[in-house]
Amino acid sequence: MKVLIEKHFGKAWMALVYLFLYIPLFFMILFSFNSTRQDANFTGFSLRWYEALGKDSKIVEGFWLSLKVALATGLLSAVLGTFAAFVLVRYRRFTGRTIFSGMVNAPLVMPEVVIGLSLLLLMVGIQNAFGWPERGMLTIVLGHTLLGMAYAMVVIQSRLMEMNRSLEEAAMDLGARPFQVFFLVTLPNIAQAILAAFLLSFTLSFDDVVISEFLSGPGVSTLPQVIFGYARRGINPTIYSAATLLIVTVTVVIVGYSVWVARQTRRREREIAAAIRSETATLKI
Amino acid sequence: MQSLFKRLTNRGFVIGVPYSWLLLFFLLPFFILLYISFVDMGSDIHPFKPIWDTETGILHLKYENYTSIFRNGEDGVMFQTLYVEAYIRSVWYALCTGVLCLLIGYPFAYFIARSAPSVRPALLMMVMLPFWTSFLLRVYAWKGILADQGVINKLLMAVGLTSEPIQMLYTNVSMLVGMTYVYLPFMVLPLYANLVKMDFRLLEAAYDLGASPFKAFWLVTVPLSKAGIIAGFMLVFIPCVGEFVIPSLLGGPENLMIGRVVWDEMFASNNWPRASALAVAMIGLIIVPLAIYYHYTGDAAPDAHKS
Repeated sequence: MKVLIEKHFGKAWMALVYLFLYIPLFFMILFSFNSTRQDANFTGFSLRWYEALGKDSKIVEGFWLSLKVALATGLLSAVLGTFAAFVLVRYRRFTGRTIFSGMVNAPLVMPEVVIGLSLLLLMVGIQNAFGWPERGMLTIVLGHTLLGMAYAMVVIQSRLMEMNRSLEEAAMDLGARPFQVFFLVTLPNIAQAILAAFLLSFTLSFDDVVISEFLSGPGVSTLPQVIFGYARRGINPTIYSAATLLIVTVTVVIVGYSVWVARQTRRREREIAAAIRSETATLKI
Repeated sequence: MQSLFKRLTNRGFVIGVPYSWLLLFFLLPFFILLYISFVDMGSDIHPFKPIWDTETGILHLKYENYTSIFRNGEDGVMFQTLYVEAYIRSVWYALCTGVLCLLIGYPFAYFIARSAPSVRPALLMMVMLPFWTSFLLRVYAWKGILADQGVINKLLMAVGLTSEPIQMLYTNVSMLVGMTYVYLPFMVLPLYANLVKMDFRLLEAAYDLGASPFKAFWLVTVPLSKAGIIAGFMLVFIPCVGEFVIPSLLGGPENLMIGRVVWDEMFASNNWPRASALAVAMIGLIIVPLAIYYHYTGDAAPDAHKS
């Protein structure tokens, strides 16, 4: 009886919370196809908001800028995050290690407003001193990468920590140079985590409002900045259509990524099993 | 000998790249922030003056940027300023959001942890999925849902619970809904990670020894998941204190939070030193709960974040 109540209550609670999590997504998808501007009544199916989306030059330009910024941020964060994770996992002792780990982790807990403001002050200082860089795409990428790198580091670090080091030692014993060991053994082993780190920092960058607001210059607006501007003015179903496209893309990418990971894992397990089988076969002979 | 040299340079390179990046883009900006928080406000073209007197060369720290956070002028009442109110409000809403996320998220994480191992990855993925789509757009959607002419009000009126729309948008209700909605996964994930490792035979033992379900839950499950509760709470509380977007979209004019105040000082009043001082004080506000957190867990940074 007790178990039964717990079971039903549990199912109901979970259903309610999932409903809460997904209501905004369903809402936006539904009303992106609405034929009028109304939010509460679905007056009929139409694609007019998608048309409006394609014609809105601010949104289209913002999208391309955001895509470029997010790609650059993702790549830069993945590279720097790999470096930082490597330093933290492999170099247990060097001067300034505490400061280093503090600096890598701090952006995770720093309010974005503080990160944005302090970077803006830096950029203004650099610009006053050297006349470069103008505030725009470059400064936004630098700001996003500070945050993205921290997240990338966390993801790669946990993979690097559970990696079996004897593989690298074996490669070294067989005469591989450190660079070869890294590119032929270490990198393939953490590739999955690096991809996850790239996706994560890409998403963070593609979604960021606050840091971009601080670091963008006049006439330069990322997609979230454009949407934020629209959103403060009122309700605009064009944004729902943008959201719908994004939701579809994210779902496809995430599901694709999980399927890929699951397949990789299965393949590795199969290979390990095959190796063990041939090993025992050899031993029997 | 040569290989030792080579290994050292390799090592220097691997450490040097991220280190110099962080020194340049994290530590240096922080010191500039600290510096500007101690100087005098300048003109429109030069928003702040140097810290030394340009004629006499004497160093001059302007503490007033900080003291004026707490008191209006010389004769104002201590702690009765817009800034202190905004700080208190930010902390209060962050605490409320943390509690709401805990109340909703704890049973949720618990039931996921207790469901069959084969369905758990799918259940977790369903928590993560909205999280990967734009946070800004999901917050924006609540605007349409909670509006006077929005879905909830239409529904309430259709059922006859109310004859005219209840104002939910631009109040603290809509703001808390938005913040709880956005930060719920930050609470669920660490709680789940903690609860899934729990040995549920301990609960059975408690039942066998005559504990009521509530008592067993309170005396066994909750204490065992303390680490998860604290981690989740921190992951919700810290970003909420500095939240800028959600109050801007869903909050009303009376829900001014500190992130917005910093922004306004910087761009509306053009008072860079004041904005910097407010930002430094904001860091102080975050450090206190973090220090407590580290003290209790002895853990590295709460890095369950988005991973």
